[in-house]
Amino acid sequence: MTDSNKNYQLICGLEVHAELKTKSKMFCGCKNDPFHAPEPNIYTCPTCLGMPGGLPVPNKKAIEWTIKLGLALNCKINLFSKFDRKHYFYPDLPKGYQISQYDIPFCYDGYMDTSEGRVGITRIHLEEDTGKLLHKTIDGKKVSLVDFNRGGVPLVEVVTEPDIKTATQAAEYGRKLRDIIRYLDIGNCEMQQGGMRLEANISLSENGDLPNYKVEVKNINSFKYMEQAIAYEIKRQTTLLKDGKTPAQETRGWDLNKQSSFSQRTKESAEDYRYFPDPDIPPLQFTKEQVEKWKKELPALPEQVINDWKTKFSIEEKYSKLLINNSQTTALLKSIFTTALENEIEPNNIAKEIINKNIKFNNNLKPQEVITAYQQLHQTDDLDSNVLAQTIEQILAANPDAVTKYKAGKTQVIGFLLGQVAQQLQQKLDMKQVRTKLLKALEN
Amino acid sequence: MLNKLTLKQAIDKLGNKEVKLEDIWLDVLNSIKDKNSKFNIYLNINEKYQDQLNKPLKGLPIAVKDNFCTKDLITTASSLLLKDFKPQFESTVTQKLKDAGGEIVGKTNMDAWAHGSSTETSQFGRTLNPRNSEHLPGGSSGGSAAAVAADMCIAALGTETAGSVRQPAAWCGVVGLKPTYGRTSRYGIAAMASSTDSPSPITKTVEDAAILLNHIAGHDPLNATSSTKEVPDFTENLGKSIKDLKIGVIYHDLKGLEDAWALFAPQLDIFTKLGASVEYAQAMDPKHAVGVYTVVQRSEVSSNLARFDDVRYQHGRDTFGDEAKRRIMLGTHTLSKGYADQYYNMSQQVRTMMIKDYEKLFETYDVLVSLTSPGFAKKIGATEGEAMFGELEDMLLEVSSLGGFPGASVPCYHDKKTNLYLGMNIMAPMWREDLVIQVADAFEKNTHWNSWRNND
Repeated sequence: MTDSNKNYQLICGLEVHAELKTKSKMFCGCKNDPFHAPEPNIYTCPTCLGMPGGLPVPNKKAIEWTIKLGLALNCKINLFSKFDRKHYFYPDLPKGYQISQYDIPFCYDGYMDTSEGRVGITRIHLEEDTGKLLHKTIDGKKVSLVDFNRGGVPLVEVVTEPDIKTATQAAEYGRKLRDIIRYLDIGNCEMQQGGMRLEANISLSENGDLPNYKVEVKNINSFKYMEQAIAYEIKRQTTLLKDGKTPAQETRGWDLNKQSSFSQRTKESAEDYRYFPDPDIPPLQFTKEQVEKWKKELPALPEQVINDWKTKFSIEEKYSKLLINNSQTTALLKSIFTTALENEIEPNNIAKEIINKNIKFNNNLKPQEVITAYQQLHQTDDLDSNVLAQTIEQILAANPDAVTKYKAGKTQVIGFLLGQVAQQLQQKLDMKQVRTKLLKALEN
Repeated sequence: MLNKLTLKQAIDKLGNKEVKLEDIWLDVLNSIKDKNSKFNIYLNINEKYQDQLNKPLKGLPIAVKDNFCTKDLITTASSLLLKDFKPQFESTVTQKLKDAGGEIVGKTNMDAWAHGSSTETSQFGRTLNPRNSEHLPGGSSGGSAAAVAADMCIAALGTETAGSVRQPAAWCGVVGLKPTYGRTSRYGIAAMASSTDSPSPITKTVEDAAILLNHIAGHDPLNATSSTKEVPDFTENLGKSIKDLKIGVIYHDLKGLEDAWALFAPQLDIFTKLGASVEYAQAMDPKHAVGVYTVVQRSEVSSNLARFDDVRYQHGRDTFGDEAKRRIMLGTHTLSKGYADQYYNMSQQVRTMMIKDYEKLFETYDVLVSLTSPGFAKKIGATEGEAMFGELEDMLLEVSSLGGFPGASVPCYHDKKTNLYLGMNIMAPMWREDLVIQVADAFEKNTHWNSWRNND
């Protein structure tokens, strides 16, 4: 049966993996720096190589960070949790199992708001990354090489509910998640290198109910590509459905060049990973107090900071967005803006100069140094006070309406008058001085 | 004949300069040369050692089971897959042994991957019992127990998952002391069942076991299940009276134990004579322990052996012996979707019940005692066609292993005709090795079953 008049709604959930930037790996003391390692397989030990008797010891920082990410995403926290073994054979997985979390993830039942609606977060769990396979030809022979510098790096997986209704919403969710992870200063999310990886579960529904199939598009390494892949899948699946067919339950990859997805493997039934609690790692028990403490340590999140800055400092949103890199910077920026106000400088102007790189910014600056830099940038010409007084008189005389308005309490006109004075004088002015004089003149 | 010295004697005589370390080594190496080809006890021998008279173990030759990774010394776990594996790292326990001045004289044969209770699953041939070469030494630490029994070392290290130290100790007429789970580190030991594996001393006397345990116990930051509990001096309770201790005797009415029990029961009188109270107590039928242990252990084995392949060890998974394959298959099944609830999860629940059963008994009794093994060392070939041989042989020990309780096997009967021994298993609550040592030492010193004490 075919019906070309049917309309389909996207049903989409995302699985996002992100590496955490702890100093050491998830379960051993090896350095966690896979993208800057000078050579393959140098950050390895018996544990992350899966040698006989190598044993995992969980990284406390990584656990704390995962829970903090959960708290930032409005999740509930399992006070009792554990690590499980997930079994499958692959050459980049040296133990024959990945240490992950099965039925008791650290975080569950959270959400993130996007401009197109709320996206529910099913769970966030912590696991270890695998090694990296390289397929090369050496001396005319095709070989597969494996680099374990990445093996055992802490990896969080954030799984959403199938709440995503459009491709743009998926991309917005992904970008926001990346920003939050960076903002919490727990991961770099380098998409190109695989520090953050996206998977989309895509199906279409006629009535909003969950359909009986699911297409998984894997290994997408940019938000743009994810948007394209979802849009493509909507088209592809719509065609199939309109022909009365059900799209196959399968895993697909995204071909950048062809701008199309391609089938990688079909999944008839769920794989059996034979999960069981890792007997090498005792279960973990947290206290409410501990979680409360972590919650208090959370910095304000980007959205909140943008709003705060708008209200307190009149910073334009386009500047705020550019300035928010991580929470350390925002704390410094906040005190710079406060100091600016004390010095009667518009914080928004400072923000602009930082973005335009007229003020060289780094995290070690003191607020006063930034203010000084700004003042130097806007050093004023010496102004003869008689010239200024005359100019002010002229401007007031030429704009009686504005003067009347000011006297009636509409003090906003001060800006207009200041502008007029500045225009006439054609000099770099110390606006503070001009303002004081202008106010005096208006009082007379 | 300096190879016949106990660890304590050797340490004292070296301290007094009564004997020279090189003479002890010479006698030990000579006895290895004499007997190893017959009994197949050592897989690798190390003749290099250093004089370490300033350290507590003074450079004495210690035998080490071949599942401890030893730096630059081939470590096979008696498997063909690892036959060329030379670790680049040292297990925590052998490192501690070395730090205390112990020298590894060789790596001993075992059941491959520690799967078994006879050393017959070794892929390098079975070990024979040095007390009677027609019999098996037990296992899986059969090589280490045999090395001690044959005076081919001064003391030895083994590992116990459920009986792998105490059962071969009983069969070879030596002392095996399994500490509380978590007391000794598992780091660097090819894992059998991670939730019960316990590195342990196998020695000539209880005193030796206490000395050796002092040097290998303690928290290991590389092993998340190792305990941070303070380690007491385990030699403190040696020679201490057991007057007024309460001893519970379990498994006395178990079918199949009748013959051995008839020889074992009279030995309990010594405790009464020493002023302790001895009572028969009722523990849960160990047949449940056999099932639970089998499922839990096979599940963990199937997972723990997943890491071994020819990518890194040259020899592939096809080199696994039948026993390893059987265990991988069964464990894979018990963890499979749809079966895990009925097997693995159910077993863990019963495991908790059994632990509670022992804990309840320990509310009444200071220690629990029983036979270590249902009988004397079995004859060669006894395991043929008996896929569950080990589980049944270790039935009396499995609850204490699943619960992590400490226990020691000490010789408690000697059959003159066969020259074989029975072992008595003495168990205590978690972290109470001191009680195990106190009772085992009292029994040993007040009986004549220990062959080294007879030689005193």
